[in-house]
Amino acid sequence: MKKHPGGILAAYQHVDAAAGAIKTLQAKGYTDFTVYTPVPNVEIAQAVGHKVSPVRLWTLLGGLLGCATGFALTLWMSYDWPLVVGGKPVGSVIPYVVIAFELTILFGAGATILGLIFHSWRTRQLGAYDGRFTDDQVGIFVACPVERRPAVEELLRHSGAVEVRVET
Amino acid sequence: MATIAEPERTAPQQPTYHEITRDVVATLGRPSRTYFVLLAVVLAVLALGGFALLWQVRWGLGVAGYTPPVLWGVYITTFVFWVGIAHSGTLISAILYLFRSAWRTSVYRTAEVMTVFAVLTAGLFPLIHVGRIWYAYWLFPYPNQRQLWVNFKSPLLWDVFAVSTYLTVSTLFLIVGLVPDVAAVREKATGWRRKLYEVTSLGWRGTDQQWRHYIRAYLYLAALATPLVLSVHSVVSWDFAMSIVPGWHATIFAPYFVAGAIYSGVAMVVTLLVPLRKVFKVERYITEDHFENLAKLLLLTGLIVGYAYAVEYFIAWYSGNPFEQASFYNRAFGDYWWATWTMIICNGFLPLLLFFRKVRRSIPALFVLSLFVNLGMWFERFVIIVVSLSFEYEPYAMGHYTPTWVEWSILAGSFAWFFLWFLLFAKNFPMVSITEVKEIIPMPRRARPRT
Repeated sequence: MKKHPGGILAAYQHVDAAAGAIKTLQAKGYTDFTVYTPVPNVEIAQAVGHKVSPVRLWTLLGGLLGCATGFALTLWMSYDWPLVVGGKPVGSVIPYVVIAFELTILFGAGATILGLIFHSWRTRQLGAYDGRFTDDQVGIFVACPVERRPAVEELLRHSGAVEVRVET
Repeated sequence: MATIAEPERTAPQQPTYHEITRDVVATLGRPSRTYFVLLAVVLAVLALGGFALLWQVRWGLGVAGYTPPVLWGVYITTFVFWVGIAHSGTLISAILYLFRSAWRTSVYRTAEVMTVFAVLTAGLFPLIHVGRIWYAYWLFPYPNQRQLWVNFKSPLLWDVFAVSTYLTVSTLFLIVGLVPDVAAVREKATGWRRKLYEVTSLGWRGTDQQWRHYIRAYLYLAALATPLVLSVHSVVSWDFAMSIVPGWHATIFAPYFVAGAIYSGVAMVVTLLVPLRKVFKVERYITEDHFENLAKLLLLTGLIVGYAYAVEYFIAWYSGNPFEQASFYNRAFGDYWWATWTMIICNGFLPLLLFFRKVRRSIPALFVLSLFVNLGMWFERFVIIVVSLSFEYEPYAMGHYTPTWVEWSILAGSFAWFFLWFLLFAKNFPMVSITEVKEIIPMPRRARPRT
């Protein structure tokens, strides 16, 4: 993995302390920070203030593409070799709904995964990290130049962090 | 400003986040002797199934007991059985997720893993059933020399699409759910396991951006998996219901099959969870309350299945159709009466015991009951497929089918194949979801949350 930028890393035991620190950071104009949590947390998400993920658009487009592919595949293949089976029309839309439905789900799910990978990669955060953040602590990494580090360190320490350290 | 942390506001019995990680990581430690004994038994049975399959490949489908008119036998029965088993996994992992059911968190991983390996097992049977396994790719639409395409009007082809989609989507759903857990385990692992978890955690660090996209993707995967699970066994049921065989041509088949699938799947979840919680010492996370909830699901779906049996017999009588009536009379009192009554007793009557709270909360009783339901559900498919085919319209075209040692061995081998994957997975990846179990416990706070 690419080396992270320098900054301050803080660990929190209490989620409300971490949320408070995030709000203070934002109030003081810091925008380049990463928050680590062991589980998704509404309070943290609200404090960070992200918009809803665009992954849902991928799901919608994937599903629509799958549905169209299902009908296109079945109808084209039916008319490519026109063969009457069981007295039904060569291109029978109703039975093909099953194929279109399955491909809607398949493409929708596939597109969701692609969207998840793409957006996670596009918004990747390379801040310093500690293994405790997938266990039981909340982490905040603030990327900042050397001259601003004492102020950030002071801010995080006073917001209830159990540990604050400089990452170079 | 120095602060003194207040005590954490968690209920006394609730484990802390750290304890959850620690306890689940402990399940991935050195396997016990029981584990190796189970693995050896599974490998031995798998070898028997493999030998029987090779025997069939060498000598052809004649070594199976197929006798006209019964040309769908144990293999198709077992295919439907395993697809059915797969259903409760998605019910617990996706449908109950959408309903925000908190009790699912401890058991859903087991159910989800069971789903993936059950579909993987089911997928073998159409291949085994066609005899010449190496031509199985003919099932898929692909450009070929004869410029001929597959018949999309056939329910058998719908099945190919439904089961392939189900395997793909349930696998993706399982992997997505696993990623944060593997990341948590990664931090505690050493040696080759650490490398394995570093690769399989896909760079997960639980950042705000990762969670932002993750929870949205997980929600939509659950939303897609929900109609999928209902569609798959409906499509499997149409393999039968779309034909005019007496006992098959019924509109009740789709809901009847879906309820039966969830019923058998929940029974298999109970069968798997009882030894799992003991062997991996996760009794703290998989409690009697979880088993009681599973028992309630078993009772509900069991009642639906029992109702469907009753409706089938009623409609056969009420329809006035002599072929339907003869088919159902034959099921109950013909050559295969023993299979029919095994099915009715195991699936229709035994689950009524679950009306008693004592039975619902007794883990040994539930385990035994789940085994009977598994047995009953296999026989349900046997009765629907074999008994119906053996007794159609023309008396001169009726016949009797008896499975051979090859079919029984392949059936046993399929259980071994399923349990082999399950055992290997259980020892290498968390069988209790670390993230979701933590999620239902509030994160520690220093102050009361504002409401």
